[in-house]
Amino acid sequence: MSQVTFIERDGTRRIVEVVSGESLMQAGTRAGVDGIIGECGGSCMCATCHVYLTEEDFARIDPPDAMEQDALEFTASNQRPTSRLGCQVKLSAATDGLTVTVAEA
Amino acid sequence: MQRGVVIIGAGHGGSQVGFSLRQEGYDGPIHLVSDEPDLPYHKPPLSKAYLKDVSQDVQILRAEKAYADARIELALGRKVEAIDRQARAIRFADGATLPYERLVIVTGATNRKLALPGHDLTGLHSIRTRTDAAHLREAMQTAGDIVVIGGGFIGLEAAATFAALGKRVTVIELAPSILGRAVSAVVAAHVDAEYRKLGIRVLTATGIERLEGEAGKVKAVRLSDGTTVPADLVLVGIGATPNDALARDAGLACDNGIVVDATLATADPTIFAIGDVANFPHAHAGRRVRLESVQNASDQAKHVAKTVMGKPDDYRETPWFWSDQGHMKLQMAGLSFGADRHVRTGALGEPAFSVYHYAGDRLLAVDSVNRPGDHMVARRLIAAGISPSEADLAEGPDRLKSLIGR
Ligand SMILES: Cc1cc2nc3c(=O)[nH]c(=O)nc-3n(C[C@H](O)[C@H](O)[C@H](O)COP(=O)(O)OP(=O)(O)OC[C@H]3O[C@@H](n4cnc5c(N)ncnc54)[C@H](O)[C@@H]3O)c2cc1C
Repeated sequence: MSQVTFIERDGTRRIVEVVSGESLMQAGTRAGVDGIIGECGGSCMCATCHVYLTEEDFARIDPPDAMEQDALEFTASNQRPTSRLGCQVKLSAATDGLTVTVAEA
Repeated sequence: MQRGVVIIGAGHGGSQVGFSLRQEGYDGPIHLVSDEPDLPYHKPPLSKAYLKDVSQDVQILRAEKAYADARIELALGRKVEAIDRQARAIRFADGATLPYERLVIVTGATNRKLALPGHDLTGLHSIRTRTDAAHLREAMQTAGDIVVIGGGFIGLEAAATFAALGKRVTVIELAPSILGRAVSAVVAAHVDAEYRKLGIRVLTATGIERLEGEAGKVKAVRLSDGTTVPADLVLVGIGATPNDALARDAGLACDNGIVVDATLATADPTIFAIGDVANFPHAHAGRRVRLESVQNASDQAKHVAKTVMGKPDDYRETPWFWSDQGHMKLQMAGLSFGADRHVRTGALGEPAFSVYHYAGDRLLAVDSVNRPGDHMVARRLIAAGISPSEADLAEGPDRLKSLIGR
């Protein structure tokens, strides 16, 4: 069983048990994490699942592809070097312990 | 009972209205009412991931907890029968009423029904709700021959899935081309050619005489030229009509949807309409439109929350839309009404390209096939009113990005 921790905009920490194969966005919306919306359902179109990773976490998971980088650059606000779109981060045993912060709106 | 905001329809738009009202600081009661019994869910996957994979459940929009936290009162499985504008209340089938101070109508659209002999046979399907998709997914497991009537986004998405699962698939379209009204001719021709390669039979400019059945179940589709196409299952995807009857019966103006102004208000200052059901004046297109897309429903929801809060402004978001057609990701930005010039980037026959639509020198819209980067940049260009020249397009993505200051 793997877990992911979301830090909401007001600082609340939410630990979510991951269902294997789901994305960070799906885990967040399923658990009702504030600020994780996923309007487009995971099509990498709306950037409403934008999160910041820690530098270590960012380095240890698969990097964003070109499509995600473009979506981050052109639709997300307040982008940072460790920004990711939750819908493009697949969760598995390998991502256990991930801690992500909901991006500023 | 304290009057609050009542939202009719808990789909993409309706749910967002509730949350956006809270973001705008609204503190009164919010009632989110829907005739569907389920917690609001994503509709697009119903013709995509959900259909493909029997182990997939629907994807909810938000957890139940999120509604509770935001003090959004859900009334699910409750169909609204009437709006009483004098009493400022909605009425349910059982006669119960719910008063409102402000009413937002987000009732979406209903799939158009086939009006041909044989329309009442079993084995006919369409996709709008999770129930529709669940029935289709079950029925398709044992179907060998599938006919899709209508070459629109939803029917074609499903057709690609059927083909991937080894079904013999025929798409029948009355118009000269599939995706006729929705994308540029170049994109439509590309999708058509790709689908033929996948073994899907695409019959354009083809009329249907009737559906033929055996023991009450569909067996074949008879075309206008007298030939028949075998069908164990028929998926009807011939467009949708707005659910505007409630508004019309209440005396509100309707014309292909509920007529609203640029702030998304009806002529009744206490009633608003957004999403698939709303006919609104579009800032960029300079005409009235009714759009069926997640972006339109979501962005109008955020906008109408401001209008409801007494901060009216004109809605002017750039429309965008996507459709996953088998191995093709179609993405559309802007609206191409009135375009007189179409510039394609990428060589002919390439699997990834974009088509830029212009009226004179003004960029109106961009259709992309497997070019998500182009699409993202296009949204920004159109929103900012920046029109790249053909030379800019030829120079490529970096040039376009530099135009928006990146
Ligand atoms: C199969 C399918 C695939 C799609 N794919 C895409 C896609 O890839 N990309 C995209 O951008 N868009 C897609 N769409 C379109 C998108 O889902 C809609 O544009 C969007 O859902 C519109 O949101 P809405 O809130 O206006 O309406 P809906 O989300 O349709 O919500 C309206 C709700 O109101 C309820 N309702 C209606 N009348 C009443 C009443 N009298 N009382 C109570 N409740 C009522 C309805 O049952 C429904 O639940 C797709 C739609 C379908 C059906």
